[in-house]
Amino acid sequence: MSAKTLGPVRRKFAPWNDRSAVPLIRIQNVSKVFGSFTAVDDVSLDIYEREFFALLGPSGCGKTTLMRMIAGFEVPTSGSITIAGQDLTDVPPHRRPVNMMFQSYALFPHMSVEKNIAFGLEMDKLPRGEIAARVEEMLHLVKLEAFAKRKPHQLSGGQRQRVALARSIAKRPKVLLLDEPLGALDKKLREETQFELLELQMTLGMTFVIVTHDQDEAMTMADRIAVMNHGQFVQISPPAELYEQPVSKYVADFIGDINLLEGRVTKNEPGTIILDSEMTGSRIEAVGESSAGMGDKVWFAVRPEKVAISLEPPRDPTINATEGTVWDIGYVGDVSVYHVRLNSGGTMRVSIANTQRVVERPISWEDKVFLTWTPDSGIVLTR
Amino acid sequence: MRRLSIFNVVSLTIGFVFLYLPIILLVIYSFNAGRSVAVWGGWSTKWYSSVFENQQLLAASWVTLKVGVLSASVATVLGTLSALALARFGRFKGRTLFSAMVYAPLVMPEVITGLSLLLLFVSLNIDRGFWTIVLSHITFTMCFVAVVVQSRLSSFDRSIEEAALDLGCTPFMTFFRITLPIILPAVISGWMLAFTLSLDDFVIASFTTGPGATTLPMKIYSDVRLGIKPEINAICSLMIAVVTVTVMIASVMTKRQEVERERAERLAVAGR
Repeated sequence: MSAKTLGPVRRKFAPWNDRSAVPLIRIQNVSKVFGSFTAVDDVSLDIYEREFFALLGPSGCGKTTLMRMIAGFEVPTSGSITIAGQDLTDVPPHRRPVNMMFQSYALFPHMSVEKNIAFGLEMDKLPRGEIAARVEEMLHLVKLEAFAKRKPHQLSGGQRQRVALARSIAKRPKVLLLDEPLGALDKKLREETQFELLELQMTLGMTFVIVTHDQDEAMTMADRIAVMNHGQFVQISPPAELYEQPVSKYVADFIGDINLLEGRVTKNEPGTIILDSEMTGSRIEAVGESSAGMGDKVWFAVRPEKVAISLEPPRDPTINATEGTVWDIGYVGDVSVYHVRLNSGGTMRVSIANTQRVVERPISWEDKVFLTWTPDSGIVLTR
Repeated sequence: MRRLSIFNVVSLTIGFVFLYLPIILLVIYSFNAGRSVAVWGGWSTKWYSSVFENQQLLAASWVTLKVGVLSASVATVLGTLSALALARFGRFKGRTLFSAMVYAPLVMPEVITGLSLLLLFVSLNIDRGFWTIVLSHITFTMCFVAVVVQSRLSSFDRSIEEAALDLGCTPFMTFFRITLPIILPAVISGWMLAFTLSLDDFVIASFTTGPGATTLPMKIYSDVRLGIKPEINAICSLMIAVVTVTVMIASVMTKRQEVERERAERLAVAGR
């Protein structure tokens, strides 16, 4: 790595906005039907070279099936998958320029670590000296030089994960598929490994496609995230956009915490939308555009950390404000989450960063509190 | 570990005596110096040396061994293939029928298997002898191999094979480089099981044999009809030894494999 940080590379990277960019992986109208169950439902997606792409969704949403179709373990019922201009829809897995790191690691139990890593290279019939050199390089990359002769069952979970990684990148594939790569690791190790993976992807210049159900993992690592549900993409966006501009309640709720304030549109002008909300007992004024018509039922989605909580009433309690009683407080350490029962019966969550080192917080259980937010702190969702 | 009560000890003893007393007696009498089967005449190993001088017994043993090795080997290949088909190809058309047909010989009375094979050979006008015994033994031992191998395959992580394919290995090579080495202990114990079954078989062999092909159990049976000679005790003791050793090796191999797998799974769950 020549640059001091990954910043310059990561900040500039956005080929999906560049109309002239040619995607590396092109998924066109792909569906997969198992019997009467449609696992993947007519999805299209472009993934660009050197991109770190995440498929995120609950279990059964079709993300793994989609990845297995890229790897070649499942054949699409319809549609096509192209990698680097080559149509791979009917190419068997052993002839594809992609490699996969399996969720279970799938190490060969009867082979040592170095034999595991060398396996793919032997299949390519590389000269023996080159194989040895490449295995050495991979062992160094994943810091397992001392374990070359061990069998998989003599390794810890974290070490096995690294062997699986080394084995899958040894052939220098154009695309590396990672199926829940960190799922079996504990929290601390998982966080370390996330950054290791990122750095590795930068150094190798490979395209990574990762499948995960862990939103933190996807948010930390990916350039873009595709949120999937019922076999379809709900939204494909970079992490910050996904968090700040979700397209639907489903995405808003799936990524992080959200307060959904229900209301009816009373005014919709370019730049400003005003709702009447029974839930907050006030008007909600939001900045932005919306396709909603007058009188439509919509939701103002605002994140807990963007709501202010106070014991003092606001200057204008009729707009972007509500009141209630502190029902419960979740103290996480870095933040405290206040669960507030609104007078209307609804609940809102407010999270406050604990910037001061005190044990007693000014706001306590059963306190009467006022919640306020600014017009640009949330987004109006119609679905 | 719970301690054994007196009741347990007594029932265990009775059970074991019931099972093994006849065999123990046979082994002891094989060392009898006297000619008579019923009268103890002191220790001796002379009947063992006379076994090795008895050309007919040796010839029968040789036939049995050849039948055993040949039929067990072919049965292992066929049994492994059918286990793979049952474990791998999911719900193919006629799977239930296929699986029932693979396992039916497990419960089929030997007399029926033997008789039907005899009828088959007669109607096809095949000369009965060594090869018909081999064929029959393949038929009835194959299902045992299939059972042993399939139980191993049911706990086999498919993604290991997928990983090999993913790394550029052809499906054919994947079987030999990945699948077979991993299930090999089960395949070997399947072979041993088939071998001992073939070694022991009397009923099917006597239905399907012809002139010139006499297996050891058949030879023993025909000799015994003329009166029990101590030599028979000796050859039976030898057979018991061979069977016991092979079965023990087979079960130790399966057991060790299970223990190893459990340990690997524990490690994986611990995640460290």
